[in-house]
Amino acid sequence: MYKNHSEKLDQIKTGKLSLVDNVTGFLKLIESEKEINAFNFVFEKDALESAKVIEEKIKNGTAGKLAGMVISVKDVLAIKNKPLTCSSNILKNFESIYTAASIQKLIDEDAIIIGKTNCDEFAMGSSNENSAFGNVLNPVDKTKVPGGSSGGSAAAVAGNLCDASIGTDTGGSIRQPAAFCGVVGLKPTYGRVSRFGLTAFASSFDSVGPFTNNVEDAAKILEVISGHDKFDSTSADISVPEYSGNLKLKEKLRVGVPKEFFGMGLNEEIRESIESEIVKLKSAGHEIIEIDLPHTEYTIAAYYILATAEASSNLARYDGARYGQRTEVKGDLANMYTRSRSEGFGDEVKRRIMLGTYVLSSGYYDAYYSKAQKVRRLIKNDFDKVFEKVDLILSPTTPTTAFGIGEKSNDPLEMYLGDIYTASANLAGIPAISIPIAEDSNNLPIGMQLMAKQFNEIKLLQLGQFIINSSHE
Amino acid sequence: MSSNYEAVIGLEVHAQLSTDTKIFCGCSTNFGNPPNTNVCPICLGHPGVLPVLNKKVVEYSVMMGLATECKINSSSIFARKNYFYPDLPKGYQISQFEKPICEFGKINITTAAGMNKDIGITRIHMEEDAGKSIHDQGDDTLVDVNRCGVPLIEIVSEPDIRTPEEAYLYLSKLKQILTYLNICDGNMEEGSLRCDANISIREAGETKLGTRTEVKNMNSFRNVERAIQFEIDRQIDLVKNGEQVVQQTMLWNADLNEAYPMRGKEESHDYRYFPDPDLMPVEVNDEWMTALKNKLPELPTARKQRFINDFSLPEYDAEILTSTKELADYYENILTGTKNYKAASNWLMGDTLSTLKEMKISIEEFPIEPNLIAELINLIDEGTISGNIAKSIFPDLVETGKSPETIVKEKNLVQITDTSAIEGIVDSVLEKNEAQVQEYLGGKEKVIGFLVGQVMRESKGKANPGAVNQILRKKLEGRR
Repeated sequence: MYKNHSEKLDQIKTGKLSLVDNVTGFLKLIESEKEINAFNFVFEKDALESAKVIEEKIKNGTAGKLAGMVISVKDVLAIKNKPLTCSSNILKNFESIYTAASIQKLIDEDAIIIGKTNCDEFAMGSSNENSAFGNVLNPVDKTKVPGGSSGGSAAAVAGNLCDASIGTDTGGSIRQPAAFCGVVGLKPTYGRVSRFGLTAFASSFDSVGPFTNNVEDAAKILEVISGHDKFDSTSADISVPEYSGNLKLKEKLRVGVPKEFFGMGLNEEIRESIESEIVKLKSAGHEIIEIDLPHTEYTIAAYYILATAEASSNLARYDGARYGQRTEVKGDLANMYTRSRSEGFGDEVKRRIMLGTYVLSSGYYDAYYSKAQKVRRLIKNDFDKVFEKVDLILSPTTPTTAFGIGEKSNDPLEMYLGDIYTASANLAGIPAISIPIAEDSNNLPIGMQLMAKQFNEIKLLQLGQFIINSSHE
Repeated sequence: MSSNYEAVIGLEVHAQLSTDTKIFCGCSTNFGNPPNTNVCPICLGHPGVLPVLNKKVVEYSVMMGLATECKINSSSIFARKNYFYPDLPKGYQISQFEKPICEFGKINITTAAGMNKDIGITRIHMEEDAGKSIHDQGDDTLVDVNRCGVPLIEIVSEPDIRTPEEAYLYLSKLKQILTYLNICDGNMEEGSLRCDANISIREAGETKLGTRTEVKNMNSFRNVERAIQFEIDRQIDLVKNGEQVVQQTMLWNADLNEAYPMRGKEESHDYRYFPDPDLMPVEVNDEWMTALKNKLPELPTARKQRFINDFSLPEYDAEILTSTKELADYYENILTGTKNYKAASNWLMGDTLSTLKEMKISIEEFPIEPNLIAELINLIDEGTISGNIAKSIFPDLVETGKSPETIVKEKNLVQITDTSAIEGIVDSVLEKNEAQVQEYLGGKEKVIGFLVGQVMRESKGKANPGAVNQILRKKLEGRR
């Protein structure tokens, strides 16, 4: 096999690897590993057809940057004439009539889209247990959850069902499942990648990013999907650096370690692994600086108020009136709305719509929404201040390793608290990556999170690459 | 209305902006296309779509703000107004709430009694229109999404209006400004201009506001006036009978000439406004503002004043001529061919306007080029034809589109200014009307009018009336 996409390309060029066989292999594995339930839809015919065409292009040297990379796409991103369900009954029979900007860029660079991955309904969840398509198993240990909400994407990459996957991250939905499944997961800066075609959960938090088995492929994908999009006013008009060619870390970095991220609730084995990485970084000559992120304790509260407020509005369009599921029960307009939405949405989505509706209601707006906005600003200020002194922030990605299926599904609050280390990057709009660094005593992967200043993804990729390489030495 | 009460009225006016494309997507705004054809994933509210602001909408809104002396906010914010309705695809309307683009403006009206009054403008904000629900075609409600995302500005007045007449004048003035700016066609019947009225009453001298009602669904200027009058009367009757005005929304029924309360359920909304995270704040910098100021056309008030000053027109003429931009443009186009300002005004306000009324067309549709009107005026001023001849050939002008000169030549209507020719006619008339001549000589000089008429008739209207008068008088006096 190959260790990254560059090697895959070489093998195809030299005839050592047939792209069609490669895709066939993935399709077979998806079929035989069906119990993982990573995919909502597999595009078998399209993928094989593209493989033939792109293999030709690779051989005659006309192929794009991602030629032959086999990529799955979280089922919240639009692809023209393909289902777009968000793992929800309310969109069960919905097909998109256009393609998301980020996915179009992958296609334009000759990636092969192999299918759409399972996820928590409308990307709301941390275990992939809230899906109309059923839950997803963690390929590392099938009694464990893969994390969420992009659980299908993480499982697909960890289970070698594709080369890479595109997920979305609103409060940790790329990094947490990446950590649980032992793969690389990158959440870019808010505005780095167009959100056009990403079904909105919380518009001011949502980011599109890659899952990969290595840092090089994450860099390549980021390079392709980044950039300004005239269809997304919040996408940044900032030039995209060449990430993939600049992965070698050339300087010594100042790495901040926030003590608030090592408090109560952090699993001991995770703490030890992170600390041993810190020691390694120190001995490699990097400067480790203890830092304060004083408003960390308000992260979860602020995040769940703002994200649900936006969600309550974003999900109003699924009302059965124009597309998607409509109730069979006849009645007046209010009845159609109530029944269609009651039948179509799952419990977690309903919970968040109600929470979000409540915090925006007149009389409560100032106490919740406005206050949470202020907290968001304070948290962002904390990060701005810290980044004056450090290049990167290092922390665990999650307080625990992958938990058992069903273990937390009856306790939403405990589930929400699992986002403690990831949600602050979304509040601040900064980029963050989770890289696998070790395994716990049950052989479950441990992820380490790196966060950087806005648009400083290159640093995340460089240090991530450095850490992975040094752990292989 | 009882003299003991005064009404306090504020108007909320929605004006559809005449941009080519919608406010947040590239779809056409063309009115009257087949249902659900001016649509795309964005205005259909499909999963994953995002709004991108049409810059023209900002320009038009700022221009309206400048024309109504508003403060233009250099940074303003779009907010979501959340409510469920089938013709609102996203389940929210993108509007502006806390920080609108324009605030604190005013416009001036003049009442029939000659009173000048400023009506304050609280705010002007940008928003998207909703679609249309069609309830009268079978059992189902049908939805046409074409109108979704057509740009609107909402212009909210201060509660400065006191009478239905003032409301009518304010609305007319708004329409006049909108059409002068060429940013809205101002057609209330087609819904490109919509008006809701907030109305309360209080005893004269009272400073506190009474409980208000909101009246909606008035689709013409006259209906606005009538509906407000109806509501004022209704509220006064209530209060006089010892009852209280209930705060509610009323719908105007133009056929029945009355307003009735909307059902309670439909109005008890909590819109849950919050800033739209999909759109950046709208920034209008100094440079842009200056460019827009320079782009501002001459506004009705200024144009009227210029007509009075430069063309020595009476205020009445200037008011009528500047009532629409098109009429004022037409007038000024006549002036490129003649310097007889008053005559141009008379021809436009008289024969032209009545012809338009007869033909049921607007000045833009008038088939006669303004330079032909100028030519007509010049033919009179040069003495080629008389005013009466000019009047008589006006319908030919409209009908044939030929130039006045051609018509005059074809019909052989050139005025007779040759004195000897006129003298011949006068002599024959005097001969035939000895009785009237005697009356004149007997001191009844008014009879000269009859004699002039006879001369004109004999000359088939072509004799120069001034010359006829002069010659007649000379000959009659010569008989004394």
